[in-house]
Amino acid sequence: MTALVLLDHEEGRIRQAALSAVTAATKLGDVHVLVAGADAVAQEAAKIAGVSKVLHAVDARYAHELAEPLAALIVSLAGGYDHIVAAAGAVGKNVLPRAAALLDVQPIPDVISIVEADTFVRPIYAGNALATVKSSDSKKVLTVRSSAFDAAAAEGGSASVEVVAPVESPEVSKFESVHLSESERPELESARVVVSGGRGLQSEEKFHILDPLADTLGAAIGASRAAVDSGFVPNDYQVGQTGKIVAPDLYLAFGISGAIQHLAGMKDSRVIVAVNKDPEAPIFQVADYGIVGDLFEIVPQLTEELK
Amino acid sequence: MKIVVPVKRVVDYNIKPRVKADGSGVETAGVKMSMNPFDEIAVEEAIRLKEKGVATEVVVVSIGVQQAQDTLRTAMAMGADRAILVLSEESPEPLAVAKVLKAIVAKEEPGLVILGKQAIDDDMNATGQMLAGLLGWGQGTFAGKVEVADGSVRVSREIDGGTEDVSLTLPAIITADLRLNEPRYASLPNIMKARKKPLETLNAADLGVDMTPRLTIVSVAEPPQRQAGVKVGSVGELVEKLRNEAKVI
Amino acid sequence: MSETARESMEFDVVIVGGGPAGLAAAIRLRQLSPETSVCLIEKGSEIGAHIVSGAVIEPRALSELLPDWKERGAPLNTPVTTEEMLYLTETGSLRVPMLDKLMPHMANHGNYIVSLGEVCRWLATQAEELGVEIYPGFAGAEVLIENNRVVGVATGDMGITREGTHGGNYQPGMELRGRYTLFAEGCRGSLTKQVMAHYDLRKGVDPQTYGLGIKEVWEIPAEKHRPGLVQHSFGWPMDDQTYGGAWLYHFGENLVSYGFVIGLDYPNTWLSPFEEMQRVKLHPAFRKHLEGGRRVSYGARALSEGGLQAIPRLTFPGGALIGDSAGFLNVPKIKGTHTAMKSGMLAAEAVVESLAANQVEPASFTKRVKDSWLWEELRTARNIRPAFARFGMKKGALYAGLDAMIFKGRAPWTLHFKHQDNEVLKPASLCEKPNYPKPDGQLTFDRLSSVFLSATNHEEDQPVHLRVKNLALWKTVNWDVFHAPESRYCPAGVYEVVDEATDPRLQINAQNCVHCKTCDIKDPAQNIDWAVPEGGGGPNYPAGM
Repeated sequence: MTALVLLDHEEGRIRQAALSAVTAATKLGDVHVLVAGADAVAQEAAKIAGVSKVLHAVDARYAHELAEPLAALIVSLAGGYDHIVAAAGAVGKNVLPRAAALLDVQPIPDVISIVEADTFVRPIYAGNALATVKSSDSKKVLTVRSSAFDAAAAEGGSASVEVVAPVESPEVSKFESVHLSESERPELESARVVVSGGRGLQSEEKFHILDPLADTLGAAIGASRAAVDSGFVPNDYQVGQTGKIVAPDLYLAFGISGAIQHLAGMKDSRVIVAVNKDPEAPIFQVADYGIVGDLFEIVPQLTEELK
Repeated sequence: MKIVVPVKRVVDYNIKPRVKADGSGVETAGVKMSMNPFDEIAVEEAIRLKEKGVATEVVVVSIGVQQAQDTLRTAMAMGADRAILVLSEESPEPLAVAKVLKAIVAKEEPGLVILGKQAIDDDMNATGQMLAGLLGWGQGTFAGKVEVADGSVRVSREIDGGTEDVSLTLPAIITADLRLNEPRYASLPNIMKARKKPLETLNAADLGVDMTPRLTIVSVAEPPQRQAGVKVGSVGELVEKLRNEAKVI
Repeated sequence: MSETARESMEFDVVIVGGGPAGLAAAIRLRQLSPETSVCLIEKGSEIGAHIVSGAVIEPRALSELLPDWKERGAPLNTPVTTEEMLYLTETGSLRVPMLDKLMPHMANHGNYIVSLGEVCRWLATQAEELGVEIYPGFAGAEVLIENNRVVGVATGDMGITREGTHGGNYQPGMELRGRYTLFAEGCRGSLTKQVMAHYDLRKGVDPQTYGLGIKEVWEIPAEKHRPGLVQHSFGWPMDDQTYGGAWLYHFGENLVSYGFVIGLDYPNTWLSPFEEMQRVKLHPAFRKHLEGGRRVSYGARALSEGGLQAIPRLTFPGGALIGDSAGFLNVPKIKGTHTAMKSGMLAAEAVVESLAANQVEPASFTKRVKDSWLWEELRTARNIRPAFARFGMKKGALYAGLDAMIFKGRAPWTLHFKHQDNEVLKPASLCEKPNYPKPDGQLTFDRLSSVFLSATNHEEDQPVHLRVKNLALWKTVNWDVFHAPESRYCPAGVYEVVDEATDPRLQINAQNCVHCKTCDIKDPAQNIDWAVPEGGGGPNYPAGM
C-alpha cells in the first residue's frame, strides 16, 4: 500500500507538522510526497527519511497552495494511492476535504492514532472525547495532528523527484497577499509555547514579570480567569472553559491554582510546567514538572537560564 | 444576490460533553442544544452583507432532525429571511451534507454560501470545502474578513502564523472563523417576529441524496487522564529536564 | 432602566418563570380559555436549565392538570418501590421503623422519582401545543407598575458591559404587558421580592425561612442500581441546632440523585453546607451506593421552609404569586412540585374568572387555595418545621412523631418562626469550626469542579449581578464579626476573600453563580442583592437534574 502526503511549506521550508504527517503515513505503507511550488522544498523533501518518491508540481498555479488547483491535482494523482494524508494545519484542512469530495470520500480529520489501515482515532467535542472510526471508503483521506506523531527525520532519505504536469481546474480563486504575524508574540491559540499567569501574580504591574520569559521563549502569554477577573490582564488572555482552548508543546503555569475550568483550556498541552507556592494546588496533578516556590524568584531565574 | 447559510444544531458550547458508559457516543439526550457558534458567525456575516445592501435575501438551511427548526428560528430571529429544514437522521456526515447543500444551491442559486468553519461536535471542518469541490466554486475558508465587490469576493483567511488574502469569483463558498464578527443577540421582539417567517421542510431522500455514512463509530472514549509528573527542586533541574527529557526547548 | 425606547407587546397573561408552577398555570389558562394569550419567560437558556430538585414527586396535581399524562409520555418513569429513613451517627445508621406511622409525610407510595428538569421540559411542550408562547433565555428584570397596578414586566437589556455602558451587541429589553402577571420565580424571586415590598404582602405573616438544597447526579454501575429506592437520612453530620438531612434516589438509567438540604437558620458561621453535603457521601450508608460510579452533574437551589405561617398575601392588583415564589413547599415532605403546580392551576382559574369580570385583582385565588387540598396539606404540616427550629433536632423529631401519631396534624396550636435566617448567625469567635475532610476526587470534590458540572456560564462582559450595597459594611460585619460566611454558604464559590492576611477584600466571581439565591437570604447584614444577570446566563442543568 502506498500513501501520498501533501507536504505543506512556508517561506521555502517544509513545515514541521508536515514531517509528522510523513511519520503517520509510514505506518500505512510506502510514502510518496507531493510538493506544490518551490523547487528548494522538493529537494529538501527528497532527503526526508522514509520518503520514496517526491511528486513536484511546478506550475505557477500551485505556487500558493490554493485549494482549487491543488485538490484537482491530488484527485488526478489519487488513483495509485490508498491513503492521502496531510498535516492538520491550515493547508491540509483547506485542500484535503475538497479533494475528498471530488473523490466521493468522507475525509477523516485530526487523526491522533492509526489503529489499522481503515481505522483511526480522532478527537471530537474539542478533545473531550476520542472517537475511533472505521472508514468504508476505498480510499482514505486524512489529516493528522502533529502533536500525536513525531516529526520524520529531515535527513537520511534519498527519494526520486518526479515533476507532475498540471491538470485542469476551475479558475475561480486568486492569491492576493499573505501577512505573517510580525509581532514577536505569537497568537495564544497557535503558539508553540504559552506562558500563563494566575492570581499569584498579584497585580497588573507584577504580571509583566512574565514578559521577558515569554520573549526569551517566543511564547504567547495567557492567564487564568482569576487573573482576568482581578484585572491583571484583558479578557482575551484567558485560557480555559470560557476562554481560549490551547494545546501548545509547552505550557508554563505560574501562580495558577488549576481550577478545572482552567485545566479544560490547557490540559491537551504536550508538556505542562507548574510553579506555585501551594504544594497542594490542583495544577500539580496535571503538571509534568512542578516547582513549589515563589514565582517572583523563579521566573527571573528561569528567564536567565534560558537566555 | 442571495446568500445561503447552512446551520447546525449541536450540543451547547457550555455543556461539558459526557461520553456514554457503553462507549457508543456522547450523551445528547436531554442536553441543551444550540446553534453551532461558528454558524452564528456565518449568519451574522450574511445579515451584515444584507444590511450593507450587498445581499438581498438570507436563506438558512439545516440538515437534521425536526428540532433543528429551533436553530433555524434562532437564525431568523437574528435576521435571516427564511429557512429550509432538510430532515434526516441525527448527525449526517459532511459528505452527505455537502451533497444535500449542492441540491439546495441548485434550487436557490445563491451568490454566496457562508458556513461556519466547523461544527463543535464532530469537529470535522470539511463541509464548506466539500461543497465548494462539488460545485466547482472557489473557497475562502477560515475567513477573518470578507469584502464583496462586483463579481468577486476578497477573503482574508486565518492561516498558520498570519493571514492570507484570496479573491474568488462569485458564486463562492466562505467558511467563517472566530474573528470574522461578533454575532448579535436574537432579541425578544425579533424572536417573536421570527415565528412568522417561512420555514420549508424537505426530506433528504426527496433530494436524491444517499445519506449512508461512510464512517462507522467503533467506539467513543474519554481522553486519558493526565498523570501528575514530578516536582523538581530547582530551576536548573527544570531547564535540564525540559531540554533533555521532554525536549520542548 | 434603559433610555432607548423599548418595544412592547400585550398579552392577557404574562408568567415569569418556567418551573412547575408557571407551566401548570400556563397550561391551565389555555385549557380553560383557549383564546387567552399567555406569554411565559424563563431566565434559563432553555426550560429546565435552572431546575434542580430531588425529586420524588406526588402526581396528584399533574393528574388533575393532564389526567392522561402517561399517554402523553410524561417522564415519570421510576415509581418509588422501597424507602428507608436513616438516623445517622458518625459511623453507623439506624433505620426508622414504621415509617408510614411515625413519619407519614415521608411515605412515598405512589410517588415517582423524576428529573424535575425533564418534567418541566415535557410540561413546556404540552404548554406550547396548547398555544402558550414560551421564551427561554429572557430574564424578567423589572416589574412594570402603573397606577398602583402591575401591568407586566420588562426583560433585561442585553449587551450591557461590565462598566454599565452599551456594548456592540446591545439590545434593549422588552416590555411584556399583561392584564395579569403571575410570578413563578421559585424561592426568593428577585421580582417577587419587589412586588412583596411594593404591596407589603408579608404584613402579618411569619418571616419566610429557607433551606439550601445541593444536589449531585451520579451514574453508577448497573449491578448496583436499584431503581425506585428512596433513602433519606437525618442526624450526623448536623448538630442538634441545625436542620438538615440527605437524600439518595435510584432512578432512570443507572442514575442516582444524591443531595442534602440544610435549614438556612443554622447559627454556626463556620458551617459550610457544601462541605457537609460532600462529607455525608463518605458515610457507609451513602458511600456504598456511590462507590465505583461517576458524578455527572451538580446544582443547588434555596427553597422556602416557612410553610403555611409564612405564606404572604397571594394577590395584588394585576397579578398573583404562585409556587415557591409564594412559599407553597410542604417542608416535612420536602416536596413542592405538586403544591407549586396546584397553586399555578388555582391561580389560572382565578385569572380566567377575573379576565371575564374585568377585575383588577384576581382575588379569588386566595379563597381557591384555602378551599383546596393544598391548604389542608400545608395546614397539617404547619408545626413540624417550626418545632425543629424551636426544640432542636432530637426533640423536634419527637414532636413531629407525636404530631403525626396523636394530633394527625390537627394540634390546636400553631408554632411560629420568630427570626429571619440572616439574624441567627453567631459571631465567628463564638462558633466551633467543623473539621471538614479534604476532597478525595473520587467521592468528594471541591466547589469549582462541582460548578464545572453545572455547565454554568454568564456572558463575561456584563455588570456583576450580585450587588453588594455597601462594601464598607462587608468589612466591618461580614469579615470582622462573621469571618466571611458567604465564602462558605455559597455552594458555587462565587464569594472569595483575597489578601486575607494583609488587606482582606471580597472577590465576587459572579460567573460561577448557579442562581441558588442563598446569599440574598443568608447575608447577615442583608447587604447582598441578587439581581438577574443577562438572560440565558447561569447553570445549564442537563436531564437528570
